[in-house]
Amino acid sequence: MSSEMVSEYTVVHEKAKSFYESYDRKEELPHQTHFCPGCGHGIVHKMLAQAIDELGIQDKTILVGPIGCSVFTYYYFDVGNVSAAHGRAPAVATAMKRSRPESIVIGYQGDGDLSAIGSAEILHAANRGEHITVIFVNNGIYSMTGGQAAPTTLLGQKSTTTPGGRSAATEGYPLHVSELLATLQAPVYIERVGLGDNKQIAQAKRAIKRAVENQVRGLGFSLVEVLSPCPTIWKMPPVEAQHWVNDVMEKTFPLAVLCDRTKEAVPRPLAAAGPALEDIPHLLGVHEEGLPEGNSAAIKRPAEDLDLRVRVAGFGGQGVLLLGEVLAEAGLDAGLEVSWLPSYGPEIRSGTSNCHVRLAGRPIDSPLVVEPNVLLAMNEPSLRKFYASVHPDGWILYNGETIPEECNRKDVHVLACQFSQVADELGDPRVANMVMLGALLEIAAVLPEASIDAALLRLVKNQRWVQLDERALARGRELYKEAEVSHACRG
Amino acid sequence: MRRQLMKGNEAIVKSAILAGCRAFYGYPITPASEITESAAECMPKTGGVFLQAESEVAAINMLYGAASAGVRAMTASSGPGISLMQEGMSYLAGAQLPCVIADITRGGPGLGNIAAEQGDYHQVVKGGGHGNYRTLVLAPDSVQEMADLTALAFELADRYRNPVVVLADGFIGQMMEPVEFPQKATEPRQPDWAVLGTAETRGNLVTSLHLDLNESESHNLALEAKYRLAEQLETRAEEWQTEGAEIVLVGYGIIGRILKAVTAEARAMGLNVGLLRPITLYPFPTAHLQCLTNTARVFVVVEMSNGQMLEDVRLALNGSIPVEFFSRVGGIVPSTEEILNFVRIQAQRYLPAVVPEEERMVNV
Repeated sequence: MSSEMVSEYTVVHEKAKSFYESYDRKEELPHQTHFCPGCGHGIVHKMLAQAIDELGIQDKTILVGPIGCSVFTYYYFDVGNVSAAHGRAPAVATAMKRSRPESIVIGYQGDGDLSAIGSAEILHAANRGEHITVIFVNNGIYSMTGGQAAPTTLLGQKSTTTPGGRSAATEGYPLHVSELLATLQAPVYIERVGLGDNKQIAQAKRAIKRAVENQVRGLGFSLVEVLSPCPTIWKMPPVEAQHWVNDVMEKTFPLAVLCDRTKEAVPRPLAAAGPALEDIPHLLGVHEEGLPEGNSAAIKRPAEDLDLRVRVAGFGGQGVLLLGEVLAEAGLDAGLEVSWLPSYGPEIRSGTSNCHVRLAGRPIDSPLVVEPNVLLAMNEPSLRKFYASVHPDGWILYNGETIPEECNRKDVHVLACQFSQVADELGDPRVANMVMLGALLEIAAVLPEASIDAALLRLVKNQRWVQLDERALARGRELYKEAEVSHACRG
Repeated sequence: MRRQLMKGNEAIVKSAILAGCRAFYGYPITPASEITESAAECMPKTGGVFLQAESEVAAINMLYGAASAGVRAMTASSGPGISLMQEGMSYLAGAQLPCVIADITRGGPGLGNIAAEQGDYHQVVKGGGHGNYRTLVLAPDSVQEMADLTALAFELADRYRNPVVVLADGFIGQMMEPVEFPQKATEPRQPDWAVLGTAETRGNLVTSLHLDLNESESHNLALEAKYRLAEQLETRAEEWQTEGAEIVLVGYGIIGRILKAVTAEARAMGLNVGLLRPITLYPFPTAHLQCLTNTARVFVVVEMSNGQMLEDVRLALNGSIPVEFFSRVGGIVPSTEEILNFVRIQAQRYLPAVVPEEERMVNV
């Protein structure tokens, strides 16, 4: 052919620019696809590539490929390509679009991938209204693995796993994914199209372009289901397979626009830029200037040998964990090494709850307090559970009038008192924890009051509670002193 | 440096964001939920993405998407959720995608319970997914290390283009300790292999599919070479009073903390005890262990599992020194006292000379 003759050509139809000129990622035959003769994927690929061309978005497009016959989307599409695990393309696409909102993210899935193993991912991506486009190619069967039944397999249709034909009694009915998704409020556009004849194919092309264009316009989630022939697995010649889409498949899966909210959908505004890098420590609340200086200078005695091991125990809702937290926070404020470790049941209320708190002058090895030198037992079950573990010469503070005889130890100090009743007299039985903490602070006699005040302010946001807690702490300190004077509570 | 009191689970998130993490995908599970909650609070205001996924399966695949898009991303879960993520972790390793996964372990198998256990060692350190891959695994023992090792995890994930797991137990996740953070945030990076939806990255491909068998073997060998390099360069362990130690205790996470208390008490009894605490569980600190065999007469492995790390200790020592094992399972944490008793029994067996005569009499 001479160059003169070539120059006379007018190109009226050419391969889409969003396809590679040569499919070099393929092992062999770089000028043809791996699809079987008469397969619908080739047509769908072409329509998608044309849509990308026509919308001028080749550089911005990310194609998330599935597992199945269309696993090799990256052989053909000259766009950014990512392969997803079986069924997970909507999850992968979700994250890509959220992190790169300017890109156009398209998921391409077959019916096994999307309607069976990936049914949760597609449902939730659609329900969240992810700004992605999904091309769903439905041929009613698992083709790549050799013809097993899919959720979309027609009633009576034979497959290698429904050798007698699909039965509603054992395999259920064909799953209408598009109808299902169309019941959701978030998707903007869902349409089922077919490849049964040229008219259908023309409509399919319009639908695919619309679904991608919706994303370009920032409208939201769009999905196009394409009924597609699989002559090889259906064991039909290509032409017969195409007619079968039209004559049989469509009876179960009618072609229709199932949802179209594109008119009322409001384009999503571009996300604002993130904060400046230097502002991030401040935004996270970890910048040093924002942290309190503390009151380590005010500590009441040299802390080198301090080793306070406290176990606080009671019912959930008694403020057990908060008591421990205030103690640990105050310890840190006073310049000590501290640890706080909770232990509680799965119930939010009324379960047992206890925590381990250590305050020490040196680095803390184990944060677990197995042998406490102070036990704060806010109820009788907690006393019974832990009284024997208290270190000899340690303290038991018990929220009850007297220690039950069988829990009475002669080798420890005991302060038994109706702390809840005292708290009730102060205005709320729920501050019993702070009354007990007040007594403990007198026993430990190390933390400066400024540290306690600072801890309360940091942990208790409601000013009314801060005042009540302060009164409770003061009352607890008095209770200890009274007990020490009178020995009335001594066990 | 001023410190603040914080839960381990919260420290992970703040450290991650300071390290340039800008995407978090999670699913609630005790005792890891505070991580997801903290990410919900912190990610949006620092310009990152937070999403509660429909399942751990979706969450790990969202991580795959975020990592493909060149974003430092993380998730967090506990045993049962990590089991569901194993498929995704295999894909991430196969596609050479960096990401960080926090596993705050609980009791198992099955629903188990919500107490701290160390039964996830096998599924995380050996890789519960399919194929020839490894995840790098870091095991913090304090809230400060939760922060420090999370930052390191992102560095290692990028350096090796591989998922990195921060494996902590429920204690380390739930407890509060003083912690300090770097005062400068790391600039989020844009790796050249990622798919960003730009002209420059249009030719990029993220996949773990290698149909050509020779190419597939090369890919597997390249992954293996990375892991060998990590074994040479990234092994970390804390040695605590190991100089001249005749009994070497080995434990990670919260057990490492308890073993420090055991070491102190054993030394007070006159026993020459030291602690080796693996910080990287993969790569395992084999050389650290081997260095201690000059003086050690016995290694005592303590775990809250049925002996999962024990296998790695035995492989490292390869029969050169006896290895004894003490464990509690089902969510029970061993006490200092019971470990100390076990150590004393081992001392009688392996170092009879140093145990006082009358004690030996009593214990015979």
